Amino acid sequence: MQIVTLKVNGESISVPVEDNWSLLRVLREELALTGTKEGCGMGECGACTVLLDGVPINSCLVLAREMDGREIRTIEGEAPQGELSNLQQAFLDNGAIQCGFCTAGMLMSARGLLMRNPDPTEEEVTEAICGNLCRCTGYKPIVAAVLDAATREKQHGR
Amino acid sequence: MADDVIGKSIPRIDGLDKVTGSAIYTADMKLPGMLYARMLLSPHAHAKIVSINTDRARSLPGVKAVLTGAELPYRVGLYMIDKPILASEKVRYFGEPVAAVAAVSEDIAHEAVGLIEVEYEILEPVLDAKKALEPDAPLVHEQLHTYECVKGVFCPMGGTNIANRFQLRKGDTEDGFKQCHKIVENEFYAPQVQHVPLETHSSIAHWKPTGNIQIWTSAQSPFAVRNLLSVALGISHARIRVIIPYLGGAFGGKAGIHLEPLVALLSKAAGFKPVKVTATRTEEFITLPCRQGLHARIKTGVSREGRILAQEIEYIWDAGAYADYGVNIGRASGYSGAGPYDIDNVKLDSYTVYTSKPFGTAYRGFGHVELFWAIESQMDMVARELEMDPVDFRMKNLLDVGSTTVTGEKITKHTGSVRKCLEAVAKEIGWAKDARPAKETNGKIRAKGIAVLHKAPAMPPNTASGAIIKFNEDTTVDVLVSGVDYGQGTATSLSQIAAHALKLPFEKIHFIWAKDTDYNPYDWQTVASRLTVMGGLCILRAAEDAIDQIKTTASGALGVDKEELDVDDGRVFVKGDKATGLDYKNVIMGYMFPNGNSIGGPVIGRGSYVAEGLTNLDLETGQGLPALCWTYGAHAVEIEVDTRTGEIEVTQLVSAFDVGRIINEALCRGQVIGGGVQGVGTALIEQYVYDGEGHLLSDSLTDYKIPTVRDVPHEMKQIFVETPHDKGPLGARGVAEHPMISVPPAIANALFNGTGKRIKALPLSPENVFLALHEDSKKP
Ligand code: FES
Ligand code: FES
Repeated sequence: MQIVTLKVNGESISVPVEDNWSLLRVLREELALTGTKEGCGMGECGACTVLLDGVPINSCLVLAREMDGREIRTIEGEAPQGELSNLQQAFLDNGAIQCGFCTAGMLMSARGLLMRNPDPTEEEVTEAICGNLCRCTGYKPIVAAVLDAATREKQHGR
Repeated sequence: MADDVIGKSIPRIDGLDKVTGSAIYTADMKLPGMLYARMLLSPHAHAKIVSINTDRARSLPGVKAVLTGAELPYRVGLYMIDKPILASEKVRYFGEPVAAVAAVSEDIAHEAVGLIEVEYEILEPVLDAKKALEPDAPLVHEQLHTYECVKGVFCPMGGTNIANRFQLRKGDTEDGFKQCHKIVENEFYAPQVQHVPLETHSSIAHWKPTGNIQIWTSAQSPFAVRNLLSVALGISHARIRVIIPYLGGAFGGKAGIHLEPLVALLSKAAGFKPVKVTATRTEEFITLPCRQGLHARIKTGVSREGRILAQEIEYIWDAGAYADYGVNIGRASGYSGAGPYDIDNVKLDSYTVYTSKPFGTAYRGFGHVELFWAIESQMDMVARELEMDPVDFRMKNLLDVGSTTVTGEKITKHTGSVRKCLEAVAKEIGWAKDARPAKETNGKIRAKGIAVLHKAPAMPPNTASGAIIKFNEDTTVDVLVSGVDYGQGTATSLSQIAAHALKLPFEKIHFIWAKDTDYNPYDWQTVASRLTVMGGLCILRAAEDAIDQIKTTASGALGVDKEELDVDDGRVFVKGDKATGLDYKNVIMGYMFPNGNSIGGPVIGRGSYVAEGLTNLDLETGQGLPALCWTYGAHAVEIEVDTRTGEIEVTQLVSAFDVGRIINEALCRGQVIGGGVQGVGTALIEQYVYDGEGHLLSDSLTDYKIPTVRDVPHEMKQIFVETPHDKGPLGARGVAEHPMISVPPAIANALFNGTGKRIKALPLSPENVFLALHEDSKKP
C-alpha cells in the first residue's frame, strides 16, 4: 500500500493504493466514482476513458500508484453543479445514448477532443472515438452529437 | 391535446442519468459485508470430472464459501431444463463453470480458484453440429430422455444430440417439385457469434437467514429470473425478490437466467452474506452464452415465370452445450423459416443440436439473422438462375393480402406490407435492373444488393404482461410495467402511450425505472420486440381503468351519469361543457364534499394482457397460429469491395420497416441505425473461432472484433411504412430486433452483383472475400 494524491475533478484526494491497482479500480472502488465503467479491463473497449491532464486515456491500463499529483477528470466532473454541458445536452438531443454503458467513456473522449480542437471535422471526431466501442447506437448519432456540441460550444462555451 | 405526444421524438427519459454518470448498473453496486465470487472454468470442451479437491481453496484466509457441482443437484432452463448451475460429473464446453468461490475480496477469490484441483478424463468433443447427428457421435447429454421441457411444444430425441426437432409440412413438395421449370439447391452457414453487450453479466444475491432471497442483476426479465430460480430450487416465488437496475446492453444474452442461481447459493453457503459476481470480458465470451451457429440447406423449385412452387428447407442449429433457450430458436425459425413468401408447398425441418461448445441463446432476431442469411442469399441465387431481376423475382413471390403463411395464417390488410418496404428501399438506393456487371476502378468495385425480412415475437402462446398506473397527489402518475429498457427506448415510448391514454401532458408521467418483482406487475420477459406491443396494450387498459375510476368519483361528486362525462387536459367534465367539471387534482385521491363527506379514493389503474388467439403448432405439420404480429422490412445496400484486399466497405444502407404506427420517431431511428450496424458486424467481422479441441480462440475484444465507428456505413437511411396493426397499441408494432436481420445477405448479394462471386458462409471477412475473388488463380 502507498498513498497517492490525485486531483480528481478539481478536488485533491489522498488514497491508499496497492501496487497493482489500476486507476479505474481506484476511481470506482475506492472513490465511488462509478460513472466510469469497465467493459473489458484490458484496454480494448474505451468504457473506462477519463482525462489525464486533459488527455483521454483508458483508466484500466494505468496504475494508480503512478498517478500521484496528476489531474484526472471523469464523467462526474462534466456537470459538477448539475447543469449539463453542451456536450452532454448534444448527446441527449442527438439520440447518442441507448444503454448508456459506453456513454461516460464516449463523453470523455469527446471532451478531450474538444479541449484540444474546438472545431473538429467529422474525420477528427471519428478518429477521437475510434477506441470507444458502442454496441447499441451504431455510432452515427454519437458522431453527430460531438459535431453538434462543437458548434454549440463555439457559440456559448461549455 | 394529449394526442400530439404520439409520434413525437421525445428524448429518452433515462438520458439525463446516463450522460451524468449517475445511472447505477449492477456492476456499480456494493452492499455492506458483500463478498466477491470467482469461477473455476473448464479447460476442456468435453471431459469427465474424475475428482475435485477444494481443501486448499477452503483454507485460504478470507474465503467464505466454495461450491462444486456435486453439491448443487439442480438444473435450470427456460424451455428445456438441461443446464446445471455448476458442471457435475462432466463438462460440456471449454469455459463451463466447474467450481466457485466467495471471498472477502476479488483478489482472494481469484487466488482461491487457482487452488482448486480438478482431475479430468478427456472425452471426444463434438464440434460440428452436422457430425453430432451421425449415429456414432459422442453424446453431449446422455440423460436427455429424462430432462423436463415444455411438453407438446418441443420434441427432444433421447439417445441422440437432438434437443428439439421441429417440422413443418404445407402442401405437397414432392408434387410441387415435379411441376418446376428449375430447381436450385444450396447450403449456407452462419457461425456462432456473440452479443457483446458493453456491460458484462453481473449479479448480486443475498440469501437471508429468513430464507428470503434478494437479487440485483443485469437481467432482461426480472420475473423470468424469479420463476426459473423458484422452479430450480423449489422455493416459493414470494420468497424471491429480483431487482433490475440500469442494464448495459443485453440483445437477448441476458434473457432467461444466468449467474443468479450461483451467487444465490454462494450467499447461502457463505453464511447469508451478499455475494457479487461480475463476468470478466473473457468469461463473457467463453462462459456466458453466444448466438447459435446454423447449417442451412435450401432447395427451391420455380416455374418458368418465376413463381416458387416448392421449397424444402433443413436447418441444423449448432446449439452448443445447452439448449434451454435454443430449442425455441429452432422452433421459431422453423415456423417463420421460409421467409415472407407465398409458397404452396413447403417442407421444413429444424433441428436444435447439442455440441461441445459454448451454448447459444436468444440474440436480437432470435434465429432470423441466421435463417435470412440463407433464405435471402438463396432468393437472389434463384433469381439469377432464372435470369430475372432479384427485386422482380421477390415481388412475384412475396406475401400479400389474402395469401397464406407456411403455418396457415391468412395475411390481412392489417398484417403489414413487405412489398412496400422492398419498393421503398429499391427506389431509395436507385435500384437499376441492368446494373451488372459493375465497373472496376482502381481495384475497387461498387455494387448494390437487397434483401427482405420478417419476424414476429417468438414466445409461448400464453405470454402475459401487466401494468399499473397510480396517481400521485399532484396528478403526476407512476407507471409500472416490468419490461426492462436496456437501451431500446421503450420506457420513453410507453410513457408517451400513457400520457396519450390518460390525456395528460408528457411531463406528468413518472415511469418507474427500476424493476422490482416485489412491487411491479408481472411480465413474462423483455424479449422478442414485444414490449411496445404488449406493454403498450397493458398501459392502454390500465389507463382506461384509471379513467373509469376518475369518472365514477366525478359522477358521484357532480351528480351526473358516468356516461355523460369526458376527460381531457387533466380535467373530468360534462361532455361538451368543459367548465362543468372537476380538475383531476380534486378527484384522484377521492372527492370531498364541502361538508367533509368523501367518496372515491386513490386512483389505481390496472391493465393486463395475454397474447390472444395464438395456438401451439401441430407437431407433425407445424400448422397453427404462432405469431402475435409480424413486422416486415427490407434493406438495400451499396458496397465497395477492394479486389486487392477483399475488404468490403458499406457505402450505403437503406432500411425500411412496417412499424404500424410510429410512437417515437427518433427512438425508432435509433433502433434501426444501431441494429443495422450490428448486422454489419455479423456480416463482415464476427465469428467464434476454435482450435481442433474446442478451445475458443476468439475470447477477447482483440480476437473478436465488433464494429467500431470506422465500420459504419457511410450513409444510412431509415424509412418507415405505417400499416396500422389492428391488435397493436394505437396500431404499433415492435422493431427492436428487425434492423439487424437480412443485412448480411443484402451485402452478399451486392458482392455477387459486383463480382459474380457468391459466398455462402459468414462472415464476409477480407480473408473470405479475397479467397473467393481469387479462387481461380489458386488452382494449379
Ligand atoms: S475497460 Fe478499459 S478499455 Fe475496456
Ligand atoms: S449505448 Fe450501449 S454501448 Fe453505447
